[in-house]
Amino acid sequence: MTPQGEYDAIVIGGGHNGLINGAYLAKAGFRTLILERRDVLGGAAITEELHPGFQFTTFSYALSQFRPQIVHELQLVKYGFMPLLMESQLTPMENGDYLLLGQDEQENITEIRRHSKHDADAFEQFSYDVARVVEAIRPLLDSIPPDITSSDPEELMRMAALAQHVRSLPPRVVHNGMRLLTGSISDFLDDYFESEILKASIAAAGIIGSKVGPKSQGSGLVMLYMSIGEHDGDQGAWAFHKGGNGGLMQVLARAAEGHGAEIATGTSVSHVITNNGVATGVALDDGRELKSNVVVSSLDPRRTFLQLVEPRELPTELVDSVNRMRFQGTSAKVNFALDGLPHFPALADRGEEPFRGFLNVGPTIDYLERAFDDAKYGWYSQHPYLDACVQSTIDRDMAPPGKHVMSNFVQYAPYELKDGDWDTERENLGDTVQTTLERFFPGFGELVLHREVVTPLDIERTTGLTEGNIYGGEFLAPQMFFFRPAPGWNQYRTPISGYYQCGSGTHPGGCVMGAPARLAASQVIGDRKQKS
Amino acid sequence: MRTTPFYDRTSVLNKSGLWEHWAGYLNAKQYHFSEKQEYFAVRNSAGVYDTSPLYKYRIYGQDAEKFLSGVLARDVTKCRSGNAQYTIWCDDNGFVIEDGMLFRPSESEFMLTAAEPNLAYFQSLIGRASVQIDDVSQEIASLAVQGPRSQTILSAIASEVGELRPFGLIETKFGGVPVSVSRTGFTGDLGYELWVDAADALDVWDTLFDAGEGHGLAPFGETALIMTRIEAGLLLIGADFGSSRYAWTDGARSTPVELGLGWMFRDLENDQRSFIGRDAIQRDLDGAARRRLVGLTLDWEAWDATYKGMGHVPPKDHTPLLDEIPLFDKKGNRAGFATSFMYSPVMQNHIAIAQVDPEFVALGSEIDYEVTIDHELHYIKSVVTKMPFYDPPQRTET
Repeated sequence: MTPQGEYDAIVIGGGHNGLINGAYLAKAGFRTLILERRDVLGGAAITEELHPGFQFTTFSYALSQFRPQIVHELQLVKYGFMPLLMESQLTPMENGDYLLLGQDEQENITEIRRHSKHDADAFEQFSYDVARVVEAIRPLLDSIPPDITSSDPEELMRMAALAQHVRSLPPRVVHNGMRLLTGSISDFLDDYFESEILKASIAAAGIIGSKVGPKSQGSGLVMLYMSIGEHDGDQGAWAFHKGGNGGLMQVLARAAEGHGAEIATGTSVSHVITNNGVATGVALDDGRELKSNVVVSSLDPRRTFLQLVEPRELPTELVDSVNRMRFQGTSAKVNFALDGLPHFPALADRGEEPFRGFLNVGPTIDYLERAFDDAKYGWYSQHPYLDACVQSTIDRDMAPPGKHVMSNFVQYAPYELKDGDWDTERENLGDTVQTTLERFFPGFGELVLHREVVTPLDIERTTGLTEGNIYGGEFLAPQMFFFRPAPGWNQYRTPISGYYQCGSGTHPGGCVMGAPARLAASQVIGDRKQKS
Repeated sequence: MRTTPFYDRTSVLNKSGLWEHWAGYLNAKQYHFSEKQEYFAVRNSAGVYDTSPLYKYRIYGQDAEKFLSGVLARDVTKCRSGNAQYTIWCDDNGFVIEDGMLFRPSESEFMLTAAEPNLAYFQSLIGRASVQIDDVSQEIASLAVQGPRSQTILSAIASEVGELRPFGLIETKFGGVPVSVSRTGFTGDLGYELWVDAADALDVWDTLFDAGEGHGLAPFGETALIMTRIEAGLLLIGADFGSSRYAWTDGARSTPVELGLGWMFRDLENDQRSFIGRDAIQRDLDGAARRRLVGLTLDWEAWDATYKGMGHVPPKDHTPLLDEIPLFDKKGNRAGFATSFMYSPVMQNHIAIAQVDPEFVALGSEIDYEVTIDHELHYIKSVVTKMPFYDPPQRTET
C-alpha cells in the first residue's frame, strides 16, 4: 500500500517487534503505519523458498521466549498462530555414541544413566534449580525495568518492588540466579554433573549468539536466557512455528492489520523528522515525508540513536553509551536443502524420531571452548558448534515429500575477521560446516541439493542488525535490564519527545520474544493518555 | 486381550509400550514418547488411528430403512446411499442410549458403528420387519486417516477419494483390495475412515503407509484422539454421557437436547416418523431440558494468576481430564459440570466440554471452573464458547 496522510504512530521496521508494537498501538486506537525497508516482512525472522519447494529459515529458526500474553492480547490464534513442538535434542559424540533427550522423563533418566548413574537425579536437581531461577526472573520480562538514574517517586517504587521481589525469593534461588547471571555455564554445570556429554549438551545454550565460550563468565546468563521460554507451559521447551518464523511473521502481519494497522513494505526510512526535540514524522529515502507525533524505532540502538536521528540532538552520555554498546556478531547460518534425512548410524533403526528436535553438534565442553578460541583470535571455528534442526520433520510444508530442509546455526563466526573478509570466506565457512556434519552424519554431503551460507556480514547487510548481532546488542550483564540499551534510557523513551524504541536492543532483549515491543507499546499508550 | 487385524504393524510401531483396553482389544494409548507429536501429526500433516475395536452392525433387508427410522432418533431417510450420518438412539423417555455413525452403501444396506455392544437391543426391536442384523465387528477392520494431508495421501492411492464431500462414502480399491472410504472421523479435521475386510487389513495398511511416505503420516493413539475430539467438540460415551440402558438414575442420563444434539430434530414438525423417544424429545425441545451442552474456554489470566498466587508455575497440560468437574455461578451456586477438559495447543487455552443450566447457554456467559491447588479449592473464570473450538476450513472444503 502507499502510505498517505497523517498517522498517530509510525513504526520503523517490520520485524517481529515492529509488527507487534504496531499491532498493540493499532489495537489501542492509534492510526498506525508500519514501515519495512525490504519487500518481505519479518526482519531476521523470515522464511524464503531459496530452492524450488524448499523453505529456508534464513536467519532465526525456532521459538521459545515468545510471550504468551501477546498470543492472547493480539488474538494470534485467530490469525493462524501454530507453534509445533520440537520434541528432542540429539547430541552426537565423537565415538559414534550420543545423548538423546526427549519428552519422556523416565526415558531421559534411562538415557542419562547410560552415561552416568550419578547424573540421573543430578539432572532433575539441575532442572529444578534452573526452573526456580527462571520463574524468579520471568516477571521481569513482562514489566518495564526501573530507571536507576531517576529520583521520580514512581521509579523509586519500581526499585522497591524489585528489591521486595528479590527478598521474597529463597536464598538458594537468589544465589543460583547470581551465579548464572555473572558466572560461566561450565562452572555451574560442574557443580551438578560428571558426564561430559550431558554437560556439553547443556553448555551449548550458554554460547548462543554471544562472543563467549562455555568457560567465560557471562555464558551462564546466555544459558539462562535460552531456558527462559516455554512451549505450552513446558519450561525451556522450544517450538517451530508452522511455516517457520516467517510463518509467524505472516500471523503477526495479519493480526496487525486485523487490529487496524497499515503496513508498507519496500518503504525505506531515511530519518526521523524532529522539531525542537520533538518527533513530528519520518522522511523516506524516496524524499516523501509522513507526519506522526509518535515514531517508534524497532531497529537496534546504533541505528535508532545514531542513524535515524542526529546524535547531536542527543545527550553526549547516551551517544557515548550507544557507541560503547557491544554487538560483535559471532554467529552464522548454513542452511541446506537435502535429498533425504541425515544418517546417524547409532540411531539408524529409530527412523525420523531422533531428528524431530535439535541436533546439537558440540560433544564436549572443550570442543566448544576450542571453537571459541578460534574466534578470540579473529577467525571462524575450524570445528564449529552447530545447533541444527531438520525442520521438515516437524512441518512437512517446509520441503517436498521425502526431502528435507536443515537449518544450522553456526558458532563461532566473528563479524571481524583478522586476516580476511567474509565475501571471500563465505563458501569456505560453508565447507567447514559441511565437513563437520559429515563427521557426525556420514554421507551427509551426498544429500545436499542446495546450500545457503549466511555470514554475520550477510545478517547485517540484509536485516540491518549491527555487526550481525542476532540480539540487537550482546547479552552481557552491563547491557541488560537497567542498562539496555543505556542507563536512563531503558524504558523505551528517548530524549526526543514522541520518539520511542521497541527493538531487541531494549529490555528484555533479543530472540523472537516480542516483550520489548509489548512493553514499549504500553509506554507509548500511557504517555499519550497523560497528554490528552 | 485380543488384538486387531493391524496388530502386526501397530505392535512394532508402538515404542511406548502403552496400551489401553477397548471393547476387548489392545488399543494403543500412544505410539511415541511424545503423544503431543502424534497430536500435531493430526493437526498439521496426517495421523492414522486403528478403530477396528468399534462394534459394527450390518443392517439390511427390504425394511432396513423403515426399521432404522423407528429405532434411530435422527431421520435415516435423510441419509441417501453413498453417505454417512452421525446418529443416536434413545429410550422411551428420550434419554440417549448411545451415538454412532451410520453408513449407507446402498438403498437397502446400512452399517452402524457403536463404541459398546447393542446387538441384542436392536434385534429385540425387529418384530415382523424384514431386516437382518449381523455383527460384523470382527470381519471388518477400520482405520481413521485424519489431518490436512489425509486427502493428498489417499487420493494418491484412489483418486476418487479426493471428490468425497463431508460424510460421503464410496467403495474403491487400494491396489486391487476393496476398500470403503468415508469422509468421516473423530478429530474435527479433514479426515477419512477406511473399512476393509479383516483379511486385507495389513495390505491396506502397507499401501496407506507407502503413500504416506514423506507426508509425515504417523499412527496416533488414544490420548491424541481424545485431544482432537475435545477440540472438535465431539462427545464420548463414558466421559460426556452414559448409556441410559445401564444408568441407575435419571440424573445419570442425558437427553439429546442436553447433549447439544437438538439440531438433529430441527425439522421435526415435517418428520412423520414414529421413533423411540420422540414425544419426550419434543418436550425437551419445547423447554423441558434440564441443562445444555456448551464449550468453555478458561480465562488465561485468571488461570495464571490463580496458580501463580499459590506459588506454582501455571500448568498447561494437554492430556485430557475426563472427570466430572463442578461449575459455579458468580454467587457460588452450582451452574453445571464439565466432563472433558484439556489445555488445547492449537487454541492456546484450557477448554472444556460442559453441561450447564439453561440460563448460561448464551455465548460469552461466565462460569467458574473448580480446580484443586495444594489441596485447596479455587475457582477460575471461564467463558461459554462456540464449539467446535477448532474448526479448520479444510474440514468442510470440497
